[in-house]
Amino acid sequence: MRLDLSHIQRWIAPGSRVLDLGCGDGVFLEFLRDQRQVRGTGLEIDQDYITAAISRGLNVVEQNMDEGLSNFPDHSFDTVVLALALQAVNYPDRVLEEMLRIGREGIVTFPNFGHWRCRLMLGIRGHMPVSGFMPHTWYNTPNIHFCTVNDFEDLCRDKGIRILARNTVGNTRRPPILSRKWPNLFATTAIYRITR
Amino acid sequence: MACDALMVNELINSDSVGIVAPQVAYFDEPLQLICGRDLPSYELVYETYGELNQQRSNGVLICHALSGNHHAAGYHSTDSKKAGWWNECIGPGKPIDTNHFFVVSLNNLGGCHGSTGPNTINPSTGQLWGPDFPPMRTTDWVQSQAKLADYLGIDCWAAVVGGSLGGMQAMRWSLEFPERIRHCIVIAAALKLSAQNLAFNEVARQAIESDPDFFGGAYQDHEKVPARGLALARMIGHITYLSDDAMANKFGRDLRSGSLDRGDTAGAEFQVQTYLRYQGSQFSGNFDANTYILMTHALDYFDLTLQYDNDPVAAFRNAQCSFFVVSFSTDWRFSPVRSREIVNALIAADRPVSYAEIEANEGHDAFLMPIPRYLDVFRAYMQRVAEID
Repeated sequence: MRLDLSHIQRWIAPGSRVLDLGCGDGVFLEFLRDQRQVRGTGLEIDQDYITAAISRGLNVVEQNMDEGLSNFPDHSFDTVVLALALQAVNYPDRVLEEMLRIGREGIVTFPNFGHWRCRLMLGIRGHMPVSGFMPHTWYNTPNIHFCTVNDFEDLCRDKGIRILARNTVGNTRRPPILSRKWPNLFATTAIYRITR
Repeated sequence: MACDALMVNELINSDSVGIVAPQVAYFDEPLQLICGRDLPSYELVYETYGELNQQRSNGVLICHALSGNHHAAGYHSTDSKKAGWWNECIGPGKPIDTNHFFVVSLNNLGGCHGSTGPNTINPSTGQLWGPDFPPMRTTDWVQSQAKLADYLGIDCWAAVVGGSLGGMQAMRWSLEFPERIRHCIVIAAALKLSAQNLAFNEVARQAIESDPDFFGGAYQDHEKVPARGLALARMIGHITYLSDDAMANKFGRDLRSGSLDRGDTAGAEFQVQTYLRYQGSQFSGNFDANTYILMTHALDYFDLTLQYDNDPVAAFRNAQCSFFVVSFSTDWRFSPVRSREIVNALIAADRPVSYAEIEANEGHDAFLMPIPRYLDVFRAYMQRVAEID
């Protein structure tokens, strides 16, 4: 399982209801269903992912979250997950607000643009960062709203969103203490559990 | 003979259900209808494809649309050129896989392909029912389909499936018999018709009723057929089944005859004119005018939410099955917006639902077409239906 997902699954209570925004091929919801008896729904816009997730027996709705989530009633889910999709939506702030209207808790993971490698590429070499994880070039990337750990926490403060927990994924070849202690510099992926 | 053998061979080797024969179920218990009248006895013509398993849990009911019938898949004979109307989706290895499912497809009451309807005999008069045949609602059809399920020994359908008006019957099933349906598959349908939909149906009926050969529906007494009216009704309907793009691609402004040249007094005929006329005349030879009127009324009167205070969420709270909803991008008869109304109501009612919006050029008719993404996602959903029966 993708590293950010293996971190966040611990925050999801057995038997709870989970909405996964950008559920991909459904591998995470399938895991939650089989291991945690979670009742899940996925949102997805990629047609092959939708077919794959339906094959797994999941409930998947073809819907673009940039066009709103108002069709989901208040507090209709326990947890709303947005895994590695925050940077690809038109209005990340609105999506966060919607997540916490629909769910009691939200879980957000995103690539940290404050990572030292990104800074190096932009600051020293003068190019937008490209990596194995973010392989797109600036003109064709679906990732249109990059932020850093610090940026995200500022937004939460401004919006009155409480951060219940923070977790980070760093480079596996370096000691994990680095990304824990200085997440803005060493976390490649930031993971947040949030609520109102 | 050689030709026949070739055809049979082709059928056996292909992914077709092959040669099929309609069957008839007779019911002598009266059916109470929404209109207040009852049908003292009736017959339903149906076909089946695949085998019913021992647990009788693999039944899939196909509900047909406005002008459909029981012949959904396979061929009626070795010389029939035309397969059933949903042959793309029903067969071995197809989305509704007859290697796994026992598929039942019937002609609805009021139809004109063998089930009791306007052109069958009213036992109390010994005459054709004609225009006296009672009006039908989707609920009446669902009730009669449940009798057919009883007759076939099927307590619970693995899935009830339909496109367009068929999808409306599938949704009605989920509310009328929540414990008798595990999956409801609703393709290119809507919770109710819009004013525009109603308007098109009215024009179609007016076309038939204003044909001098209609005689208020008693045309058979006069040994006439309101063929022109019926053809015109079909032409109007057909336009609403296609998208602007589909018509542009298929016909454009191509001419069938004549020219648009200066000095050409004969005039020109566009391909699309020829096509529509052909569709209209084909249809008027195969379909009954009273049935067409009855079917369009059933479509008009369908409103899933009416008996639930016009609240689709309250309506769907009565359902117990899982839902799969499909729409097509260029369908303007029942557009994706109408399908999303269904999906959103199901989400709000906390029912399990999956939804796919298929990019397709073919308009409303897309639900009958072999569009790769449509077949893939439909197959994926049906495989999960198969896994748990």
